[in-house]
Amino acid sequence: MALIKNGELADDSFVFVDDDAALPPNGAVIVGLALWQTSREDLLQRSEAIGLVLKSDQPPELIGDGLQQLAVIALEFPAFRDGRAYSYARLLREKYDFRGELRAVGDVLLEQLHFMVRTGFDAFDIQSDDSLADFEVAAADFSVWYQPTADGRDTALELRRRQ
Amino acid sequence: MYRYDEFDDKLVGERVEQFRRQVERRLAGELSEDQFKPLRLMNGLYMQLHAYMLRVNVPYGSLSSKQMRAFAHIARTYDKGFGHFTTRQNIQYNWVKLEETPDLLRELADVEVTAIQSSGNCVRNITSDQYAGRAEEELADPRIYCELLRQYSVLHPEFSYLPRKFKIAVTGSPTDRAAVALHDIGLRMHRNDAGEMGFEVLVGGGQGRTPFIAHTIREWLAPEHVLSYVEAILRIYNIFGRRDNINKARIKIIVNQMGIDKYRELVDEEWERIRDGALKLPQEEIDRIDAYFAPPVYETLEDLTTELGALREADTDFDRWMGSNVIAHKIDGYSIVNITLKAPGRVPGDINADDMDAIADLADRYSLGEIRVSHRQNLTLVDVQQRDLHTLWQELDALTLATPNLGQLTDIICCPGLDYCNLANARSIPLADDINQHFLDVDHLALVGDLTVNISGCMNACGHHHVGNIGILGVDKRGKEYFQLTLGGSSDEGASLGDRLGRGLPQEEVPGAIEAIVDCYLEVREDGERFLDAYRRVGIEPFKDAVYGTADNKEVA
Repeated sequence: MALIKNGELADDSFVFVDDDAALPPNGAVIVGLALWQTSREDLLQRSEAIGLVLKSDQPPELIGDGLQQLAVIALEFPAFRDGRAYSYARLLREKYDFRGELRAVGDVLLEQLHFMVRTGFDAFDIQSDDSLADFEVAAADFSVWYQPTADGRDTALELRRRQ
Repeated sequence: MYRYDEFDDKLVGERVEQFRRQVERRLAGELSEDQFKPLRLMNGLYMQLHAYMLRVNVPYGSLSSKQMRAFAHIARTYDKGFGHFTTRQNIQYNWVKLEETPDLLRELADVEVTAIQSSGNCVRNITSDQYAGRAEEELADPRIYCELLRQYSVLHPEFSYLPRKFKIAVTGSPTDRAAVALHDIGLRMHRNDAGEMGFEVLVGGGQGRTPFIAHTIREWLAPEHVLSYVEAILRIYNIFGRRDNINKARIKIIVNQMGIDKYRELVDEEWERIRDGALKLPQEEIDRIDAYFAPPVYETLEDLTTELGALREADTDFDRWMGSNVIAHKIDGYSIVNITLKAPGRVPGDINADDMDAIADLADRYSLGEIRVSHRQNLTLVDVQQRDLHTLWQELDALTLATPNLGQLTDIICCPGLDYCNLANARSIPLADDINQHFLDVDHLALVGDLTVNISGCMNACGHHHVGNIGILGVDKRGKEYFQLTLGGSSDEGASLGDRLGRGLPQEEVPGAIEAIVDCYLEVREDGERFLDAYRRVGIEPFKDAVYGTADNKEVA
């Protein structure tokens, strides 16, 4: 398993903390929504960066105050068929204007990377062995898109209008 | 017709190469069948009972003769020489090989045809009226918005893993030939009180095991907002649609659980946020797409109805065909000609490669090179000069493609059934043929008039049985195939779901039951009313008596 961020292999400085586990005294952590909702103030007092992971039935509107102080929001794909996180990603980028790291975690299938990139994800937990090479191939599957989405790339319509 | 530009070409080519890599990864064992399944489905490739089936899109049912010839070529090269037109205006090939599909798709891409999203939990082929742009009564041409929606939905990054499949249909005519009220989203073009053209938006219709007629979510929507409004509907569905049970995952379930008012509230709130954003259609883009659908250059012709009358009087067969299969065109001197793919001995919707080529030639010679596919699994030539009708009829007749039964009870919608499909309970194709063989008297059929018969081999309702005037559903009773009849269904502008007639019947009793229903109708019919109108007036009881009274007597005897 490897973390790819902005198209490169990256070190993951964050530790995922389960809802029922004790919070480590220091270090960057990614916590679940339950802990975030009960201990928001304490978490934001910490000197290291804070991340939040949302399950696929937890839409971004549940985050509430402090969203902009999060360094990472991780969206979980419990199965590659569950596409809710694509909508959450776009909402976070386009509605809530979240500029931090948006990480895809869980069942992150290579064949779906280009959709994730387009909806605003910029970091990926990839399970495959040769993840960076695979990422580069998958992310380059398409060079033309019809839809305007969170990654801000030109659509076919914009390219046509420029001709 | 729409033509790909360099951007469409590039995207479709890249999709073919991506799929080629996915097939290679599957064949090399790098992808499990479980992982490969949604990927192949999103490219229209199903694993059926005997082989892979590939479903190829015919966007909003419009085909060029060149594309039809390519379909014939594919049938010969990659299949057993035939194809099957479906209720989504698509064509299916039933015998393709996985390793050959990338090449097949490349050949289709060369004629601007794809299988992108013909299956999978994503937005499917956008469907429409087979007479779009040609019908006399049409208010506006729906194809412009179909094409805009096609582009919008192709490889949509957010909506490629929806809870379930998603079907959109658009009609521009007051007579609804696109069954918009039975779709996840239906768009019905009409003018508002200020006289401006726009859309009534319907949501949450569908068939399957839990059928619903769609609700109106918005009475009138300006054309520039069509994409943003559809996006808002899709986003709310993607977030709130049920994912815990595949049988409850369609948008119709969540709309009806939540209630249309709540669903509308959520959609409208989201839409307010995005309506003036990047999806708002600039007029120049609407105009640009509109130009592709500009009417062809028609000749100035006299209306020949009177002259045709003499020919019709001289030839009963021609007269019958004119009466049933030929429809008025909005331009004088032209007609719309339907070719039904329904006849005794023919699998509904099936067509062999030679006939595809022959129809492509007829389209070139008599109809400006365009062919339409209808959701009732028939083909249409939309620009035939009246002076060519008799010759065209003779040529079609020579090909045995002049069956005069459009809209009549032998013009049956029929799913592939247990002969092909691994979901089916019963064989629907042999039953369709039994019905055809039972009703061979074409004059009697013409006398009975408009009557839709729809057969599904299981409750998934691919054969639209819920909305057949007579619906037939295949069920399994202790390992035996039975057929459950419903009456009074309709998919047109007054859409309704059929009512269950009574206990299921074995296959051999179905044609007789239909005959009893038809005889009962002819008895109660007033002033030439259609079967559907007579049924709505008198209710189900007389038909129950007609069918089960007879059957019970038989049992006693």
